[in-house]
Amino acid sequence: MGTPKKMSALLEIKDISKRFGNLVANDKISFTQMQGEVLAILGENGAGKTTLMNILFGHYKPDSGEIIFQESKLPAGKPGHAIEAGIGMVHQHFTLAENLTVLENIIIGEQSLLSFSLPQKSARKKLQDLSDRFGLPINPDTIVANLSVSEKQRLEILKTLYRDCTLLILDEPTAALTPQETDSLFSTIKHMVKNGLSVILISHKLNEILAVSDRIVVLRHGKLVGEVVTSKANRTEIAEMIVGGKVNYPKKEKSSPGKEVMRLENISCNPINESTKGLNGVDISLFEGQILGIAGVTGNGQTSLAKMMSGHLKPKNGEIFFDQKRIEVFNPKNFMELGVAYIPEDRNIDGLVADMSVWENAVITEISNEKLGNTLGFLNNSSCNDAAQILCETYDVRTQTLQQPARLLSGGNVQKLLLGRWLIRQPKVLIACQPTRGLDEGAIASIQKMILDVRKKGNAVLLITEDLDELLKLSDTVSVIYNGKLSNNFSAEGLDRARVGLMMAGEGFYD
Amino acid sequence: MIFDFVEILFTAGFWAATIRIACPLIFATLGELICERAGVLNLGIEGIMSVGAMVGWMAVYQGADLYSGILIAAFVGAMFGLLHAIFSVYLGASQHVTGIGITMLASSLGFFSFKLILPYSTTPPKIEPFQPIDIPFLSDIPFLGEALFQHTPFTYLAIISVVFIFWLINSTPFGLSIKMAGENPMALEAQGIDVLLVRSMAVILGSALMAVGGAYLTMSAFDAFYFGMVNGRGWIAIALVIFATWKPERALLGALLFAGLDAYQVRAQQLAGAVIPYQFFLMMPFLLSIVAMIIAAKKTRYPKALLIPFRRGERH
Amino acid sequence: MIDFRLEQREHVSPWLVFFAPIGAVIFSLMIASILIILAGVNPIESYIKLFVGAFGSKNAIAETLARATPLILTGLAAAIAFRAKFWNIGAEGQLYAGALAVTFFGTGLIQLPSFLMIPFLFLVGALAGGLLLLPLVLLRNYYKVDEVVTTLLTNFIIILLVGYLLEGPWKDPMSLGWPQGASVIDEGVLPQIIPRTRLHLGFIISIFTALTIWLILSRTILGFKIKAVGINPSASHHAGIPVIKTIIIVALLSGGMAGMAGVTETAGLKGYLTLDLSPGFGYAGIAVAMLAGLNPIGIIFSGIFLASIYVGADAMSRAMNVPTYLADVIVALTVLSVLISIIMLQFKIVFGGQKRDI
Repeated sequence: MGTPKKMSALLEIKDISKRFGNLVANDKISFTQMQGEVLAILGENGAGKTTLMNILFGHYKPDSGEIIFQESKLPAGKPGHAIEAGIGMVHQHFTLAENLTVLENIIIGEQSLLSFSLPQKSARKKLQDLSDRFGLPINPDTIVANLSVSEKQRLEILKTLYRDCTLLILDEPTAALTPQETDSLFSTIKHMVKNGLSVILISHKLNEILAVSDRIVVLRHGKLVGEVVTSKANRTEIAEMIVGGKVNYPKKEKSSPGKEVMRLENISCNPINESTKGLNGVDISLFEGQILGIAGVTGNGQTSLAKMMSGHLKPKNGEIFFDQKRIEVFNPKNFMELGVAYIPEDRNIDGLVADMSVWENAVITEISNEKLGNTLGFLNNSSCNDAAQILCETYDVRTQTLQQPARLLSGGNVQKLLLGRWLIRQPKVLIACQPTRGLDEGAIASIQKMILDVRKKGNAVLLITEDLDELLKLSDTVSVIYNGKLSNNFSAEGLDRARVGLMMAGEGFYD
Repeated sequence: MIFDFVEILFTAGFWAATIRIACPLIFATLGELICERAGVLNLGIEGIMSVGAMVGWMAVYQGADLYSGILIAAFVGAMFGLLHAIFSVYLGASQHVTGIGITMLASSLGFFSFKLILPYSTTPPKIEPFQPIDIPFLSDIPFLGEALFQHTPFTYLAIISVVFIFWLINSTPFGLSIKMAGENPMALEAQGIDVLLVRSMAVILGSALMAVGGAYLTMSAFDAFYFGMVNGRGWIAIALVIFATWKPERALLGALLFAGLDAYQVRAQQLAGAVIPYQFFLMMPFLLSIVAMIIAAKKTRYPKALLIPFRRGERH
Repeated sequence: MIDFRLEQREHVSPWLVFFAPIGAVIFSLMIASILIILAGVNPIESYIKLFVGAFGSKNAIAETLARATPLILTGLAAAIAFRAKFWNIGAEGQLYAGALAVTFFGTGLIQLPSFLMIPFLFLVGALAGGLLLLPLVLLRNYYKVDEVVTTLLTNFIIILLVGYLLEGPWKDPMSLGWPQGASVIDEGVLPQIIPRTRLHLGFIISIFTALTIWLILSRTILGFKIKAVGINPSASHHAGIPVIKTIIIVALLSGGMAGMAGVTETAGLKGYLTLDLSPGFGYAGIAVAMLAGLNPIGIIFSGIFLASIYVGADAMSRAMNVPTYLADVIVALTVLSVLISIIMLQFKIVFGGQKRDI
């Protein structure tokens, strides 16, 4: 047969619309994908990319519109139908059962639930064949919890290949990868396309899209705002298309280091759970007016480090000094009183009390403050309201009323509220984990400005983020974390991305 | 005196009693285990056992044969499982409150119907329960024969169900999907399997087993039904599931260990009854369950998605 | 399978919140009427008998309110705990712990004038209930031992302990062989508030307690913390709220309320401790709390309502030959129907692609 000369349409998205409550996530989106094409769907966070793909894969049912795949209508709302039709999806948050083996994660769903046995033997062979053919080595008997991030992604791709997919959807596949792993993923994609697959790639990173795609579809606020062939694409035009204008990103001004505020000496601790590492002999110094950025693949001890520096963990070995005084009491309250503020990475789980009101979330960190209550322990509602009002005005938290449930706030406003309620305490040290993850570009700019303002006021910041570009942009010095160990510090200016990437993969770390 | 206490362990009667006491716990623990592996805590267990005990017994009392009695008990248990699943799985209601509600409903309905059908009985009427059958040859082995091979068919059924559940969980697609539903339901959904269906089936199957465990009490261990006869066995089974780290083979072990201690204390009570009041012996199973949970707690790794409802089409 | 999904509502009308439990009650009574029909009698007539039995005379009303007293207190016990997602299902045991404390201190060991003796008994009863829960909450917080199971199992242990004490060392020699404790001294007995009925001071105290708890939960810093910890313990912890300490306070309050129910029954209704002091008040408290949406003020009404079901069912059973267990069935159905109403308040049910409000 050979590959057909003239490309034919593989997938047609027709007038897809989807609302969540008052939010229009997809608004009459239509486009076509050709056979053998790498189609990129580009847009900032919250533009509706993932929603659209979840509709295509059947996680969501669209409110209106239809999908034609290989010339027949795809039944809506059932992932089973999508898989059967030949669509495979690698989700941004991996859909793996951590307590099961690689093989078990792959074979589930292949057979009827009523059948009496698992086809372990034939599955093993098929997996081996696929591994060889696409250059994706994996041990079928490993427990998934023991895999690295990139191995998990490999497994996710193999899962889709195992079910004979012809269209592969990759949702933000590079978010947690090192630059080298990203490159290797892209060559895998090219290899797969050569083998007859078509790929949809979702990303908010323009550089990557330009490197690997054939055609680009841009979404903004749930609408399709542009379609271009990659080879004819103009960088600045697309960048503006994504955000709908210009975003004023804050600029880092010069700032020379002041005195040392906080120091960790040879700190070690055990891992807190199975998805992260502990710390192994870590030394860190934070200086006034400086941002120290920690680069690394998620799960290498970042969470332990942040929790250690905010009093949520007790070191097994080593000492912590604050203003040159040794810390004796390890609990969050003591660290708070010393002047440490901690923004945890998962703002919906560790940050927001979603079913409480905006004002309650605004004052929760101050609730033990005598200004908010009287001696009998009764809350003073008007001073709480005032405090919340000031917070929302100072940090531009946009809310209809202070009484509405906090879950109705947008992601950007949630983060401004969470960061703001710590900044209003005038912390000497800010520990910020993934502060801009999942936010739209406007909100990212605001949050980055808030962080830079901390530095400008002469306080210290520890910034942990997966986004290497952001890290290099905001930090004064950068250190890489790998397997619970920290590298030396590098000046962020002129730092080579490739070198950082290699260190993120463990190069230069010795036992 | 001390010799007497040790001697208990060397009587076949003690081991036979251990197995008898273990049986309802085995059924109940397996039932709870399946629910929890799929991500659903089933606090309906105590009531479902109670209604199972009533229904199985009543069916036989009304003329059904013993095996039909078991099936009817299982069916009624499954129906309460279905009700539990509608609330906890499809509507995503609080599993704690659902379970307590189901326990209250199942036991009160059981008592209500018992009183409705037999309003004037003062002494509980009796049925002809399962009789021990001697397994040819094996039952003739000295000591072991009496301890292991002279039980009722219902007892052998308990052992068979351990093997069945072990096989189901470890070697079938359904078992694999149960494990996945309790660990990361999204993983199951992304492979095209209906998470809600898998969870519901697990709860229904588990509840049927619980009811059969209750029926064992009225159809094999005793021959009559009276109120409060389940007496906390359901709650003990929940503790045993934790002790068994959600593995069927360890559930068997846990139930036997537990029953052994219970059988031992009954015999020790006869020796020491004059010194220690009987209530303290009766407290033992409950205290032991708490102790077992404390022992298991440190190493416990709960199914990750336990207690978390899965809602399709929700924005993540 | 029916194709539907749940979509979170953004705004819930307060009217809906108010009427939802009433709808749930009506729904439960309708389902229960099927059982009444199965029993061969007319459900409407039965419910009229039930209503008259609960509210038809001064005596009936007094009896209903007396029955509501422990239910309000165990309802509060469940509500406080459930608000903080601390699953205390051990109110039954804590009730008996309170009763044991009353029997220990109130039958002669301590002699105080009435205006001191009664508060003292409530204090020791509440302490006993709270202290019984304390080791369990510590086990939960520091060893991750699930409190649902431990509180349930403790109920059985305490009731066996009561059995031992009443048949052994605490047995009242005057009781003619019945296992019951010595009588509470006159200064400790809760006075009747309607003469020649069983309605005693405990009822007023239970209402006062409900109001106090409402004030604590809705107006104080402690209430704020309990709310935050209940909704999102992790976020509360990161915001500097002492989560473990808050849950311990919740447990003490919750156990304390249940312990107080033991006091009202021992020192108010009966005058002495018996083995059947509580016909499941601890468990019924969960239904009371759920029906009130965990709201302390609402608990006063739901407590009285469920008490009327229990009291009325006795009268109905005598008149119509329907087993009294019908009351337990109605209470259980109420719990489940309230769950449905909660879901409907939180979510819209969306069938297929189109939306339809329910």
